[in-house]
Amino acid sequence: MDSAGEVVNDGKITLEGFTVAARAFADKWKRHNLSFPPWSWIPLINRTMLKKEEGYLSLEKIIILSSLEGSAEEESLDVTADWSEKEESIDHTVLVQNEEDEAHYYDYHIVYSASYMVPMLYFRGYSSDGKPLSLDVIKRDLPSSSVSLLLESKWTFITQEEHPYLNRPWFKLHPCGTEEWIKLLSESSSSDGCQIPVELYLVSWFSVVGQVVGLKIPREMLI
Amino acid sequence: MAANEEEAVKYVWEGAIPLQIHLHKSEVASHPPPPPALVLAPRIGYLPLLVHLIKPYFKDSLPPGEDSIWFDYKGLPLKWYIPTGVLFDLLCAEPERPWNLTIHFRGYPSNVLIPCEGEDSIKWNFVNSLKEAAYIINGNCKNVMNMSQSDQEDLWTSVMNGDLDAYTRLSPKIKMENIEDEFSRKASVSSPQSRQGGTEIDVAGQVKTARVPVRLYVRSVSKDFENLEDVPEMDTWDEISYLNRPVEFLRKEGSNFIILKMRCTVLMIFTWLYGKCFTLRDAIESLLPEYIRDRAQTSGEEGEQRTTDASDVSQETRGELKLVRIQGIEMKLEIPFSWVVNNLMNPEFYLHVSVLVKEPQR
Repeated sequence: MDSAGEVVNDGKITLEGFTVAARAFADKWKRHNLSFPPWSWIPLINRTMLKKEEGYLSLEKIIILSSLEGSAEEESLDVTADWSEKEESIDHTVLVQNEEDEAHYYDYHIVYSASYMVPMLYFRGYSSDGKPLSLDVIKRDLPSSSVSLLLESKWTFITQEEHPYLNRPWFKLHPCGTEEWIKLLSESSSSDGCQIPVELYLVSWFSVVGQVVGLKIPREMLI
Repeated sequence: MAANEEEAVKYVWEGAIPLQIHLHKSEVASHPPPPPALVLAPRIGYLPLLVHLIKPYFKDSLPPGEDSIWFDYKGLPLKWYIPTGVLFDLLCAEPERPWNLTIHFRGYPSNVLIPCEGEDSIKWNFVNSLKEAAYIINGNCKNVMNMSQSDQEDLWTSVMNGDLDAYTRLSPKIKMENIEDEFSRKASVSSPQSRQGGTEIDVAGQVKTARVPVRLYVRSVSKDFENLEDVPEMDTWDEISYLNRPVEFLRKEGSNFIILKMRCTVLMIFTWLYGKCFTLRDAIESLLPEYIRDRAQTSGEEGEQRTTDASDVSQETRGELKLVRIQGIEMKLEIPFSWVVNNLMNPEFYLHVSVLVKEPQR
């Protein structure tokens, strides 16, 4: 039995597996996704299990500029990263296309759900003065395919819930069904129907989930 | 259901907390200011559901404008999706009766509280928690997804109205698997005959892992205290560790156990694993391993004077479970966990546990 926590056959992952997968995901991202800052692993200090470390992945201050022509299509989404810690060092004359555009900042957290045994994406948007963006405004920053899913879906797709650790309202992608499409991914990606190795679990997961919020990952990460 | 189980569930559903609700002084637009509203709040209910009872007391005093209702306790905004009884058990170390709360009709703190758009938000939260519980217990939420819209509505209405009869009629439709109550099973776990070193090998019982939905709210204090009223007040929710995480424990199926004639120590291990009940303490310690009590000390009688030696010192630095409250009851930790779950869970099949701990000294 692989003690690092192999991915359970039905698309789910254990807490230990998540920790391993998260580190692997962050490493690959750092190496192959140079247009973005790296993900950070945030440990949960007061919840440290005896030998395991719990935490979540964080990617913050991603700037999305939406063009004025309707909802953001993939091409017109100008996703740039704010490398610096301080917002003052952004060169606004480069980023802002015209006066009516404003920069929207996004934070993304990948958190493990012990109930559903899959990762979950939490995100929030805010303007440069720190004021949170409503879902209506955020929808304008999402790819149009996501917006139509939001409208059509019977079950809730993106919901506003409390962040499991930060006591603040965030938006969350609904986890129901995650293990099904991960299973599909693992079956289709290998000829002998093997499970996804734990190191690639989050990469595969994010290749689908990231697209909902307009974040694509380069193909090199999937190897 | 056994007669005593029915009683327990009835007590849970009938549990209520007397509230004395004050309108926030910034919103008092009448003179003299209105007296507080007195409301009996069901433990398994949610604060925003009481607004229709409270508002009549204050409507003449409110300034003009739209309502966005929220509550606070000593300045702490209350999370509306936590059942009222749980909020009370968690925030009032020394139970305050009536419980004095402040209601606001303006100035919703949307930077800290998720929005509440009336009954729909609460119903959505309830159904979502039910789905999550179903996923934990059954391994999927098909049972809830397959319920008809009207059954879901009726189920929610029964909870909203505190109608246990209606809920009991509807709950078979939820098709939630049973959490086995090993305590009441006929097969005797510790029958003397089965444990004595006979050479028979009984029919193997399937051992499975049961997952139980638990929401644990942990409040910690850094110093020990004599009385509950000495526990300092909570200023922010950051002082609470919230663990929404299932408890997993071994569950035996079938009525027999593997009893092998083996050397003494191995037999003892088997007896410990399969003969001992999984208690509430075991459940909490599985979620909070930093508060695991040294087993050598638990074998003594309670209240025994402790002598100072190496193991005592390590216990103090380790941290301690001071108080565990479920449905307002201060729990004895040796109670079998499956009994606790089956009798004290909330209608959405979650067991809410409020814990007060003394932090380990690092």
